[in-house]
Amino acid sequence: MKTLVIVEHNNDSIKQTTFSTITAASKISGDVHALVLGHNSNKAVGELKKCNHLKKVYLVDREDLSNPIAENFCDEIVNFLKDNDFTHIFTPSSTFGKNLSPKIATELDVQQVSDIINIIDDHTFERPIYAGNAIAKVKSNDSIKVVTVRSTCFEPCKLDSQVDVENVSSKLSANEVVGFVNYDESKSDRPELTSAKIIISGGRGLQNGENFKLLEGIADKLGAAMGASRAAVDAGFVPNDWQVGQTGKIVAPDLYIAVGISGAIQHIAGIKDSKFIVCINKDEEAPIFKFSDFGLVADLFEALPMLENKL
Amino acid sequence: MKALVCVKRVIDYNVRIRVKSDRSGVEKDNVKMSMNPFDEIAVEEAVRLKEKGIINEIIVLSIGSESSQETIRTGLAMGGDRGILVQSSDEDIDPLNIGKIIKNVCDKEKPDLIILGKQAIDDDCNQTGQILATLLKYPQATFASKVEKNSDNSLNVTREVDGGLETIRVNIPCVITTDLRLNEPRYASLPNIMKAKQKKIDVLDINELSLDLKKRVEILEVCDPPERKPGIVVPDVDSLIDKLKNEAKIL
Repeated sequence: MKTLVIVEHNNDSIKQTTFSTITAASKISGDVHALVLGHNSNKAVGELKKCNHLKKVYLVDREDLSNPIAENFCDEIVNFLKDNDFTHIFTPSSTFGKNLSPKIATELDVQQVSDIINIIDDHTFERPIYAGNAIAKVKSNDSIKVVTVRSTCFEPCKLDSQVDVENVSSKLSANEVVGFVNYDESKSDRPELTSAKIIISGGRGLQNGENFKLLEGIADKLGAAMGASRAAVDAGFVPNDWQVGQTGKIVAPDLYIAVGISGAIQHIAGIKDSKFIVCINKDEEAPIFKFSDFGLVADLFEALPMLENKL
Repeated sequence: MKALVCVKRVIDYNVRIRVKSDRSGVEKDNVKMSMNPFDEIAVEEAVRLKEKGIINEIIVLSIGSESSQETIRTGLAMGGDRGILVQSSDEDIDPLNIGKIIKNVCDKEKPDLIILGKQAIDDDCNQTGQILATLLKYPQATFASKVEKNSDNSLNVTREVDGGLETIRVNIPCVITTDLRLNEPRYASLPNIMKAKQKKIDVLDINELSLDLKKRVEILEVCDPPERKPGIVVPDVDSLIDKLKNEAKIL
């Protein structure tokens, strides 16, 4: 058995999701390889080379691959797989992987297994369904297993190795039916939601966007990422990409602090793998208390400044 | 231009999911079923594109049991023109096979735009649009939060990706999958619900498509997720900080 990990990166650095996917791949067999598609990605490749569990890194460098257009990436991967036999193809279950991996599976005429959270054996996996309200154990009968990995469920691999990089030449050219226009990155000095150790999120209880400042001081002191419930995002308090929950980001930090969030099932689905959940809510009947390790029944406008002072 | 919108009948998103005691799946008997919320957004987007004069016909397609006709009717009441049901007694079809069925319909109908929800809230696979685009060899624009027609035969689609928004240009024909904030779906008015009853739904038998739809991924069992152990309510901010320092050892 031999596993190929499709690497998520931005040419300058490797995304955390890749490190967790490598760990997941190592549970299939010791034969784990990684494929980087990109352009001028030496810095990212330098980081990847240090990953434990990897036997080898393959690199395809083409200007057309500087942005992850799924059609161009898929063509390149299918081409690579013509000369290289793999039994498993693992991709992070991020928007990058969700966009790309089903295309690879379709080209190979196999059924992808999405968003695995546990590996039972080389063809049996566990994955959440109904927003994590049930867990399905599934068996793939296909000859090649194409899988996306929920990165919060696997520890990132260690970075104390040194593996070889093989440059793979390519004669392919970009698809003309699709083109990159621009990428509007949300700028923030805080950690990314999906990789943060601590997250503090606000809900409708914050009442307006201005009041999210009350969370900022605490986030600064804790080095935390900031998130929000769907209600807060829909009300326009904060940007879309802050949304944590079933339809937003699935997170699993060491500590999740939910402030003024009632705890709708869709929100709980996105946070329940957190190590510790803390909630601050003035309504003691709010469902969020049932899921919290520590709950504080308090008016958030009094509790937050106090918390910030005492941290 | 012609749009094909694919809709799935799923357990309503407000229903609390119950796993069957024999672990074969989740309880679906006497449970409220609705159109997958992301598919409602797909129908709404098609209707808006029609209102803007960009497309002139909307076909609403579903695959499933006879009851899926209700889901198609909902789409027709929102503004779809006609429906197609690919009827199947098996409601647990692999996404790859769903993709092959939709492609079969596309080969006959030749839609310019195919719009689907980014994922169904039952199996949470998030694959069908990508599979279909690959089978059809059309470009894909997944997780769309904005769709704009260009002056040539292409669209600019803004996509919700981790860490920001990405805009790509896709030539028509193409496949679009919808994210949450693309639009807010309308409620069908009573007159439109009545009118939808007169609209045509063609029913095709899945067995007549002569496709190889063998099952690739089997569900061995379905269980409840591990429960979190019950927590405690702390009296004040000081004791909260104390718990985080001394019990959770996080601060």
